[in-house]
Amino acid sequence: MEEFSLYVLDIVMNSVRAGAENIDVSLDDRGGLLTFKVTDDGCGMTEEQLERLSDPFFTTRKTRGVGLGVPFLKMLAEQTGGDVKVSSVAASESPESHGTTLVATFHSNHIDFIPMGDIKGTFVTLIQGNPDVNFTFVHETDGGEVRLSCAELKSVLGDGIPLSSPEVLAWIRGYLAEAYEEIK
Amino acid sequence: MKSIEELMAIKEKMQNKVSLRNSAGDDVRVVVGMATCGIAAGARPVLNAFVEGVSEAGLSDRVMVTQTGCIGICQYEPVVEIYEKDKEKVTYVKMNAEKAKEVIERHLKGGEPISEYTIGAATK
Ligand SMILES: Nc1ncnc2c1ncn2[C@@H]1O[C@H](COP(=O)(O)OP(=O)(O)O)[C@@H](O)[C@H]1O
Ligand code: FES
Ligand SMILES: [Mg+2]
Repeated sequence: MEEFSLYVLDIVMNSVRAGAENIDVSLDDRGGLLTFKVTDDGCGMTEEQLERLSDPFFTTRKTRGVGLGVPFLKMLAEQTGGDVKVSSVAASESPESHGTTLVATFHSNHIDFIPMGDIKGTFVTLIQGNPDVNFTFVHETDGGEVRLSCAELKSVLGDGIPLSSPEVLAWIRGYLAEAYEEIK
Repeated sequence: MKSIEELMAIKEKMQNKVSLRNSAGDDVRVVVGMATCGIAAGARPVLNAFVEGVSEAGLSDRVMVTQTGCIGICQYEPVVEIYEKDKEKVTYVKMNAEKAKEVIERHLKGGEPISEYTIGAATK
């Protein structure tokens, strides 16, 4: 995959699949260092699962023999002199408070790094497919910051109007387009 | 800057519409495969082409666009399935945003599936 925003989409989908209700996504892309962080309150992983996470042949899904997501992210990070760290608390061990945090770092000026690509498209796709999840997206760049909180949008819209409705999605697209224009 | 006022205006407008819409229901479901392999093959622009195109074509009242995980046919990704009441499922394979626009025009609006893009044509 040659767009970083596609990695973001793929990795955040893991949090969605883990049944998370709240997912915070942050991209701190300043001064040539990119830190990508995802925090979720999903089902988490046991220590054993966590250990196997960097193994491309491990997946809890039955439908495909190979798990691509995290090992590929790790490969990309390591190619640029960065790394990926994942910590997790499994719901089976801590029913009250569980979830996963992934932090990946990249040297964004490194020759092996890839363009960010359509990150707005990634955010919109995540909201469209998972209107009930409370995403927060924060993207810090040398030009300024873009922020979007789904919980805030929901408090304006109230119940009964999902974030995935076409009118709301159009507003979100417009909001992101303008916000990114401002920090260009 | 897009304002919260605009969002509140959308809310007002939609609340008035909800009562009208209930009777229509969602007759057609467009399902886009968004597993890792789908994403890697280009599913995101396909999904967004459907989401935006259906709305622009004024079809939102009867067409719903949704995402799913693995459809099980990696080599044909991006895959889009179209479910329509009383009709057989149509599976489009190796999709892109351009083909998505055509499917909106000819299939969703015109009622004629585009057989060249379906899995039947790809496996022949
Ligand atoms: N945020 C997360 N919360 C809980 N489990 C996770 C999370 N991220 C990854 N996992 C677990 O690690 C496995 C491997 O993830 P990944 O490398 O993305 O491959 P895949 O998603 O294709 O299985 C997943 O199947 C899942 O069991
Ligand atoms: S993993 Fe490719 S279709 Fe399921
Ligand atoms: Mg994954």
